[in-house]
Amino acid sequence: MVVTTGWYLALGAVLFSMGAVGLLVRRNPLVMFMCIELMLNAVNLTFVSLGAELGDLGGQLSVFFVLVVAAAEVVVGLAVIVAIMRRRSGATVDDLSVLRG
Amino acid sequence: MLDLIWLVPGLPLAGFLVLTVAGRRIGEPGAGWLATGALTGSFLVTVGVHLDLVGRAVDDRRSVTTLFEWVPAGDLSVDVGFLVDPLALTMCLFITGVGALIHMYAIGYMHGDVDFGRFFAYMNLFAFAMLMLVLGDSLLLTFLGWEGVGACSYLLISFWFTDEANASAGKKAFITNRIGDWGFMVAMFATFFAFGSLDYVDVLDAAAAGTVAQTTATLIAVMLFVGAVGKSAQFPLHLWLPDAMAGPTPVSALIHAATMVTSGVYLLTRVNPLIADAAGWVPDMIAWVGVGTALFAATAALAQTDIKKVLAYSTISQLGYMFLAVGTGAYVAAVFHMITHAFFKALLFLGAGSVIHGMDGDQDLRHYGGLRRFMPVTATTFIIGWLAIAGVPPFAGFWSKDEILAFAWDRSPALWLVGLVTAVLTAFYMTRQVALTFFGRYRYPEPQTGGEDPATVAARADHRPHESPLTMTLPLVVLAVLAIGGGLMQLPFSSSTKRLEAWLEPSLFGNEVHLGLGAGTQWVLAAVAVVGGAVGIALALVVYLQRRISDRAIERPLLADAWRFDRYVSGFMGGPGRRGFEATTRFDERVVDGAVWGVAGIVSRTAGVLRLFHNGMVRTYAAGIGVGAVALLIWFLTRSTL
Repeated sequence: MVVTTGWYLALGAVLFSMGAVGLLVRRNPLVMFMCIELMLNAVNLTFVSLGAELGDLGGQLSVFFVLVVAAAEVVVGLAVIVAIMRRRSGATVDDLSVLRG
Repeated sequence: MLDLIWLVPGLPLAGFLVLTVAGRRIGEPGAGWLATGALTGSFLVTVGVHLDLVGRAVDDRRSVTTLFEWVPAGDLSVDVGFLVDPLALTMCLFITGVGALIHMYAIGYMHGDVDFGRFFAYMNLFAFAMLMLVLGDSLLLTFLGWEGVGACSYLLISFWFTDEANASAGKKAFITNRIGDWGFMVAMFATFFAFGSLDYVDVLDAAAAGTVAQTTATLIAVMLFVGAVGKSAQFPLHLWLPDAMAGPTPVSALIHAATMVTSGVYLLTRVNPLIADAAGWVPDMIAWVGVGTALFAATAALAQTDIKKVLAYSTISQLGYMFLAVGTGAYVAAVFHMITHAFFKALLFLGAGSVIHGMDGDQDLRHYGGLRRFMPVTATTFIIGWLAIAGVPPFAGFWSKDEILAFAWDRSPALWLVGLVTAVLTAFYMTRQVALTFFGRYRYPEPQTGGEDPATVAARADHRPHESPLTMTLPLVVLAVLAIGGGLMQLPFSSSTKRLEAWLEPSLFGNEVHLGLGAGTQWVLAAVAVVGGAVGIALALVVYLQRRISDRAIERPLLADAWRFDRYVSGFMGGPGRRGFEATTRFDERVVDGAVWGVAGIVSRTAGVLRLFHNGMVRTYAAGIGVGAVALLIWFLTRSTL
């Protein structure tokens, strides 16, 4: 059986959907964070497979940008989460709604 | 020397800046000498430029020196530049010359004042603004100076601002002048609309060439006249000038007699081609407003008891003469009277200041009497000023007033008659002032009307009036010499003795009217004027020195109140005027503010609905993003299949 590009795209879509659903249903900030990473990497997978399929280096190039942005986001996001957890251990994101309008 | 013209306003500006920063540290009398030095310097530069111009051909005496571009706005481009021509230079000469003398005088007069440095900073700022007014090469630059002198006038009238009366006198001057400024601004808009430029060279040359419609010229001329009426304190905007006497006396001499109040006359003289192009009733209106104001103010001056108020009404009256001259087309006579008036009125004001200084601040004429013995220099110079303003030959005032009256006769004997009556009244009230101040009994130690505390009377008995210091008497002497000899610049005997007329010719575009009177008529008119002046003087001497006629018959309360005009205006403004303003305020509150608040209210209510979506739940937002992304995806996919 030949693993065609379509398989990779399907895997990417499944991973993205898992991440998206996880983001919506889970309340633990750390888990939500991992879901976001999952979605980002699902997109990365799509980029790479399409880049290989079309012979376009731009796909792989975009992945680097996504990786850099994801790394930066992790740095900031984790710092925020750690700071919050120090003050209120066990907090869920639904408890952190003080910024409502 | 012409390249150095920027120094003329530049030096007073530099003086102002130095005094603003370090006036308090320089202190007394250094600050005063610095200010005087700045103005003396610009006087010397002006004299240099003057000599330069005299050496040139007559056609070459008008030039524009541009410093930099000031307002570049679409089609409108205004440069900061100086229009140097005989008219501007004549103004500069007497502004800087008389101004320097008054600055020097103020060193003595302001002695001991806590705000010595601030006073001279304002005085220099005033000189700068006044010089910008006359030297500016466009209407806008003149307007800059116009507002500048107004602001300095306000600052100096209310110089002793801790007294409520002084502060409100300053406000009154400022607000009354706003009405005139409105006219000036409308005139500028109309000028730009009609000529596409505000530069004097463009506007005046176009107007002199006759390319402007009569209606446009009429509108501009009338609006500039409104501006001039405000600044030069003509009826009905004269109200502020008598109150402006609340300022220190050197201020009254410099701003409210010699220079600033003449800027209206200067402006009308400057735009003479526009007045020539305007409808025929405009010059007539100017002449009648002028002569009416002259008569009105002279009657009010008859009954004033404050030594400075007499001179204030006298100034309004003399400015009326200048407007009469402008209205009859005698621009040279107007400028001539402006200069001689600057000499003798500055002299009279400074003399009055010297008297006030010697009498420890008492300004009431009825308390003086016999001061000739105590202040010989002040008395002698004041008497010279009195003879000059009363029109006694050969003093300066005689020549200029006589020329104006001759032109008035040439235009209409009615104008001349009113002018002559004013001249008689002028001689009368000035004689009254001199007689009450310097002659008769020394009345100061006597109890005054109204029942005084005997202790204050006794304290006054010890007071010895004293002559003022040299810094004050020296300017008096110089001005007295000028008041005697000022007529030499324009003697009516032949065209070669009319030096001022020949000198000013390039600024007047041939709009100067020439007298159509024979020599015989002129001699008769002069003789009538001299006899009229003599009658006025004699009558006043009979009333105030010999006391054969009671002064009650003349000093009516109605006159002392200046025909109660001030009160009527206040009554109107306090009653119907105030209600009108309140209606305007309500319109502003309901309609204008209502529109603004209405828009804000709509935004606020919409935001109130929208904020319900902003519930702080991260997962709701994420769901929103997801739903949105799916919706967009569906939309793009369905669209592409269509």
